[in-house]
Amino acid sequence: MTHQPPLTTPDVLIIGGGPAGLTAAAELAGRRAGRVLVVDREQDAGGIPRHSDHTGYGLRDLRRVMTGPAYARHLVRQATLAGAEIRTRTMVTGWADEDTVDVTSPDGRYRIRPRAIVLATGARERPRTARRIPGDRPHGVYTTGQLQNLVHLHHQPVGERAVIVGGELVSWSAAVTLREAGCTPALMVSQYPKAESYAAFNAAGRTVLRVPVATRTRVTRVIGKGRCQAVEIEHLDTGRRRTVACDTVVFTGDWIPDHELARSAGITLDEGTLGPLTDTALRTSCPGVFAAGNLLHPVDTADVAALDGRHVAQQVVHHLNGEDRPAGGVRLTADAPFRWVAPQILRPNDPAPARGRLLLWTDEFVRFPKVTVRQDGRTLARRTLAWPAAPGRVFRVPAGLLDDVSPTGGPVHIGLH
Amino acid sequence: MTATPHRPHDDVYDVAVIGGGIVGAAIARELSGYDVRVALLDARDDVGDATSKANTAILHTGFDAKPGTLESRLVARGYHLLSAYAEATGIPVEHTGAVLVAWTDEELGALPGLKEKAEANGYTHCRIVDADDVYRLIPDLGEGVLGGLTVPDESIICTWTTNLALATDARQRGTTILLEHAVTRVDEGDEATTLRTSAGDVRTRWVVNAAGLGADHVDRLFGHDRFTVTPRRGELFVFDKLTRPMVNKIVLPVPTSRGKGVLISPTIYGNVMLGPTAEDLTDRTDTATSEDGFDFLLTKGERLMPRLLAEEVTASYAGLRAAIDHPDYLIEATPRQRYLLVGGIRSTGLTAGIAIAEHARTLLEEAGLALRPRADLPEPPRMPNIGEATQRPYQDAGLIARDPAYGTIVCFCERVTEGEIRDACHAPVPARSLEGLRRRTRAMNGRCQGFFCGAAVAALREKHHTHDGCRSQHKDNR
Ligand SMILES: Cc1cc2nc3c(=O)[nH]c(=O)nc-3n(C[C@H](O)[C@H](O)[C@H](O)COP(=O)(O)OP(=O)(O)OC[C@H]3O[C@@H](n4cnc5c(N)ncnc54)[C@H](O)[C@@H]3O)c2cc1C
Ligand SMILES: Cc1cc2nc3c(=O)[nH]c(=O)nc-3n(C[C@H](O)[C@H](O)[C@H](O)COP(=O)(O)OP(=O)(O)OC[C@H]3O[C@@H](n4cnc5c(N)ncnc54)[C@H](O)[C@@H]3O)c2cc1C
Repeated sequence: MTHQPPLTTPDVLIIGGGPAGLTAAAELAGRRAGRVLVVDREQDAGGIPRHSDHTGYGLRDLRRVMTGPAYARHLVRQATLAGAEIRTRTMVTGWADEDTVDVTSPDGRYRIRPRAIVLATGARERPRTARRIPGDRPHGVYTTGQLQNLVHLHHQPVGERAVIVGGELVSWSAAVTLREAGCTPALMVSQYPKAESYAAFNAAGRTVLRVPVATRTRVTRVIGKGRCQAVEIEHLDTGRRRTVACDTVVFTGDWIPDHELARSAGITLDEGTLGPLTDTALRTSCPGVFAAGNLLHPVDTADVAALDGRHVAQQVVHHLNGEDRPAGGVRLTADAPFRWVAPQILRPNDPAPARGRLLLWTDEFVRFPKVTVRQDGRTLARRTLAWPAAPGRVFRVPAGLLDDVSPTGGPVHIGLH
Repeated sequence: MTATPHRPHDDVYDVAVIGGGIVGAAIARELSGYDVRVALLDARDDVGDATSKANTAILHTGFDAKPGTLESRLVARGYHLLSAYAEATGIPVEHTGAVLVAWTDEELGALPGLKEKAEANGYTHCRIVDADDVYRLIPDLGEGVLGGLTVPDESIICTWTTNLALATDARQRGTTILLEHAVTRVDEGDEATTLRTSAGDVRTRWVVNAAGLGADHVDRLFGHDRFTVTPRRGELFVFDKLTRPMVNKIVLPVPTSRGKGVLISPTIYGNVMLGPTAEDLTDRTDTATSEDGFDFLLTKGERLMPRLLAEEVTASYAGLRAAIDHPDYLIEATPRQRYLLVGGIRSTGLTAGIAIAEHARTLLEEAGLALRPRADLPEPPRMPNIGEATQRPYQDAGLIARDPAYGTIVCFCERVTEGEIRDACHAPVPARSLEGLRRRTRAMNGRCQGFFCGAAVAALREKHHTHDGCRSQHKDNR
């Protein structure tokens, strides 16, 4: 290269303009953290709520409930009013060096070297291929994200009869979208003995959705050349297989963080979440690089992502003020049936996690969950929580359970009975 | 413009090539370098939509071919011809080299024989190396490697761009491309042969049958009974781009009588591929992947490179090789029928395509087709780069400054820009479907498989959808 790409040097760069990134931006700009720049690769900022055109957004952060698009617009407005700059159609494509990123946008190819970075790139659903489901490769096979994009942003038709794979919160969201698009959700398929998020919907809500659920069932094949015609499903206990006619299949949930930037920077990832390993101040292993939102906990609701953004702002300010990064700390680990916990590092003098909650993901349904915290063979805390632990959505545990953890001890195990 | 169905076209071509895969496209390109009128027919709605789109995309040196066969000769020559053609047109190629890895004493014992075979094929660069060397070249291989044979010139290439470059070149040289023209009957006449197709008749003096999996059927339409095609399915997994640093060389197994076996290879798009399987089927359209195929690959992969298996799978697919009951390519002219069969181009046709075309041209000339080289040939086309080894449009500051559409990334995982999607819709052999667009740009081929971009890509295709000349007899490329 003979010619250096142009460089811009804000104080804070926020990568990802979803609820987490926009809230962090509003908060940082509000705290006069210098020049705050948000970049997002989509045409408009707002993240996933932009095309999630149903209500249920904003409860915990804004204390009111609105539709996804309204929520997205609100967050964009807040960030802009606070003085943050938002650049859309601007994608971070990689790292030029350890504190400089390369971006591509219609305005050109350039570099950004900030004093601090917040990664807020969100998460996506594993598509059919990543779930290694064989068969034909017909049209009409989507993820919820793609489905909502098609229906709500592009007003495209979908088929007439759908099978929904997965029973997470988002699976019900897919059912709502399908109905709106005039497509009947004929069956929901879940590997779990209960459709995971049944509990999240009240009986009335479920009756309105009227989707039959095949539990303990998995999809073993997609059938149809050109357009989808059916899926083959198998009951996990009996091994019995049958085909279900459908012209549309929606693969829902089964999240993976958009961690490519984090990974290519050499940032340590957590084996459970596959997002960056962070402490309760949301620092990653790379000095000056923070992370927030669904990149850390795939996947939680938008308001929780937003509250991460609010939480990370003060930590970024400390960094900009030149405060030292604390060393040491203990590692939090999730014991089965928990799949992961976030954040994963507890350091002395660090703040409690965002909202004072640890976030965990369970693979088993437990109606009256008793959570235990153990360190070096000792049980430090044991508490029965008043809400069920259900697969398919985040389980929240008050951080107060960690009060007796020794900052110099061994790894802390969080278990469930 | 679309041709009116079932109305005979009055023009008579000099040569009609049946099959728009790599082989047919290469033959049409070759022949249209001479002063003859050429038509390229395909049953599907795009070129390269059959076997040529779903292979392992390796540019073979031919080191392991059976010495003395036509295949061995054409693969070796094809390697050089396609390497040079790729240079000229911008088809993505990476000369990564390969290592053939021995895991058992028997396989280790086979290495010297393979080296001799390579030499008998005129390829002298193979070296036998010990296990340490193999791990030095590919550190992430599973435990238990006993030794290996290096094949420094084995390379990876983009099969989609190869097919498209050949078809585009053919078209620019004057070939008429007739898509959705499935040949269902042949009527031979003294002066001309009439090909009855699903979109009307096509009259031609000479016919080349490069119909891949359908070549035996077409051959029977000419009254022959020479061979039967067995579709031999190969299933593959494509792993996430984050795995690419693990695999910088093609990792070959020691070949068996069943074929080349399961390999691990980097792809030109920056992924890693595991496969293919080899399974004989009866249904020539069965390109579905299967549970058994996946299990087999996963078991193999677990042994070959356990670290790879822990990573995300981006895609899986299956291709069908046209295996035949004959130990070599079956390329034969029947001068009395003004007909040339190009059959049995099973697992090496991507590499050999251009050499097969040369050979086909010679046979046609020997059979009586008069060919005079043209003096006015257009330059070969410059193809859009969809490979990772050289600059992509989204990285090209100058290009973006001239046309901001190349700065608008639409498919985030594969970094495909709006400019590229637009171009692919308006190219000389344009994308006419989402599938066609995938092969020309990589859009929606990435790790999210359309979660983010699927809807936007579909909208752009609608917007840029154009009527192209690839169906019409008359309006084409005057
Ligand atoms: C179908 C569906 C329905 C849902 N329904 C609800 C609901 O009813 N209520 C609720 O509270 N939550 C809901 N959620 C969850 C909610 O949308 C997420 O929790 C929230 O969007 C997470 O916010 P985030 O900021 O972490 O990530 P995202 O919203 O995913 O935002 C990440 C942003 O980063 C950008 N980005 C990523 N990589 C780059 C890069 N390299 N360069 C530039 N930009 C980049 C992306 O374009 C994106 O805009 C739903 C989710 C889905 C998929
Ligand atoms: C799994 C796998 C891995 C492979 N790996 C490699 C590799 O690494 N390197 C390599 O060099 N080769 C490889 N190959 C082989 C290579 O892909 C093939 O040899 C090559 O693509 C054959 O091209 P073709 O033009 O003969 O056939 P095709 O691409 O199948 O083209 C034939 C065309 O004829 C058309 N057609 C058929 N019947 C009719 C009809 N009646 N009327 C009109 N049109 C008709 C079809 O629609 C089709 O488009 C592999 C193959 C497979 C399956």
